[in-house]
Amino acid sequence: MERRYEIRLSGYGGQGLILIGIILAEAVGLYEGKQVVQTQSYGPEARGGASRSELVVSDQEIDYPKPLGLDLLLAMNQQSLNLYCGDVKEGGIVVADSTFCDQFPVSRVVKIPFTRLAREQLGREIVANIMALGAVGAVSGIVGFESLKKAVLNRVPKGTEDLNLKALQMGWKLGEKAKRELVKEGREEYIISAEEL
Amino acid sequence: MAKVEKLLQGNEAVVEGAIAAGCRFYAGYPITPSTEIAERMAWRLPQVGGIFIQMEDELASIAAVIGASLAGAKAMTATSGPGFSLMQENIGFACEAEVPCVVVDVMRGGPSTGLPTMPSQGDVMQARWGTHGDHPVIVLSASSVPECFWMTVRAFNLSEKYRTPVILLLDEVVGHMREKVVLPDPKDVEVVDRPRPTMPPEWYIPYADTPSGVPPMAPFGEGYRYHVTGLIHDVRGFPTSRPDEIGPFMERLFRKISANFPEIHLSEEFETSDAEVVVIAYGCVARSAKRAVKEARERGIKAGLLKLLTLWPFERPAVERLAEKAKVLLVPEMNMGQISREVKRVNQGRSRVVTLNKVDGTLITPGEIVEKMEEALG
Repeated sequence: MERRYEIRLSGYGGQGLILIGIILAEAVGLYEGKQVVQTQSYGPEARGGASRSELVVSDQEIDYPKPLGLDLLLAMNQQSLNLYCGDVKEGGIVVADSTFCDQFPVSRVVKIPFTRLAREQLGREIVANIMALGAVGAVSGIVGFESLKKAVLNRVPKGTEDLNLKALQMGWKLGEKAKRELVKEGREEYIISAEEL
Repeated sequence: MAKVEKLLQGNEAVVEGAIAAGCRFYAGYPITPSTEIAERMAWRLPQVGGIFIQMEDELASIAAVIGASLAGAKAMTATSGPGFSLMQENIGFACEAEVPCVVVDVMRGGPSTGLPTMPSQGDVMQARWGTHGDHPVIVLSASSVPECFWMTVRAFNLSEKYRTPVILLLDEVVGHMREKVVLPDPKDVEVVDRPRPTMPPEWYIPYADTPSGVPPMAPFGEGYRYHVTGLIHDVRGFPTSRPDEIGPFMERLFRKISANFPEIHLSEEFETSDAEVVVIAYGCVARSAKRAVKEARERGIKAGLLKLLTLWPFERPAVERLAEKAKVLLVPEMNMGQISREVKRVNQGRSRVVTLNKVDGTLITPGEIVEKMEEALG
């Protein structure tokens, strides 16, 4: 059976989760040469409601296109974390936006206040998703920074490149740090606060 | 233009396939989960000198497609269940008047407005029998983004070759999923064009029989004048109630398809050579089934997969051959049993047909299929 790495990006509709799913899929698929399937599910509403985007990544042909057991869950709000934490497989990891999550019913978790950092450090909440993408990329280890950068630049609107790259870089650094600490210390959780920056 | 690799949705790959096949006219009314087809067509068609028009509804959409095709354009529309229902009457018209066109139905949960954003395979029988009257039909399916491209090309080619509407059935999972797809250089895509008259206009008999059963088709506006109607017509296209004209017309309408089943049928087999249980699946479920076969093999179950890419005319020869050897034919579907009825009809007691039906808006999982295999084999 092929080895799969499975990711779910979840939160409210409007947080840009489907977009970062596409960017991540382009980065690993087109720039890293891996096989990838990206799917999404959303309600009939245009905004609000639950939204999620999922990726299956492999070196071989991917048959079943949806996740079977998550290696990584990104939860951008408490509701998604509660709903999906049970789908994370043993040894899997959760990356949570601690701006909106304060209860963590999971064992391995990286807590980063993406939305707060985006607002306070970059002046725009709207790039919280790109910051989360950076962190997810670094924590997962399935994609290089340069591929991610290229994919972001292909998808974001003209004039917002610098802002988005700053957010991506910030997220990537935090994700790398969190991963290092988790591995080195054998810790179960890693909390990043805004004050650390 | 050289070949290029892209990450596209199944719906977007449909558009690229259509354009590669020569489609230059799209009329449609947006509906989830097919809307990306209209969106991308609106962007792509003007780039290649084609025409995109958003119509007031699905009845008008298919009517405009038929008109464009009569004028010589390769034309298509796309919709989902509710819109597909509205198109049925004119799909019959296209069949009767022998107007090539492609209709993509990205299936969502039904009946009625049902589940707009969730997958289903509920329209398989509607694609076969949705329009009234006895008629032949060609229905294709796809289970990946590259297949969306190539099955759309194939839909146009079959439609042109046999002068018949061809329906491509996708589902929400396949339509919305993104995968890598290599878009070929257009010159590497085999494109079939409708047969055209070689005689001068005054000698043209629009519905005269030919060895293939497909009469040459003249585009309107080039001097070939003829009558087009949904009424049963004589060889000149005018309504007839003479049994000696009706009979041959209907016979030819069926013959042009039925004489070519081997060319129209398309399926793929995986691990079927020694299979005791053969899963027969199509669309998104075929992917679950492929994984289920691998998982079952790891557990020592001799499992195989027949993936249907042509749904109608039904793939009788392959199913008959597999039914001879297998103990169980397992048909997982996201409906209450539509293709499984065909499998039972063809099986004729050779093997045991077991169904797995799921209609809760979620994709059948590999685990559910493996469980059913174990149960069926005892």
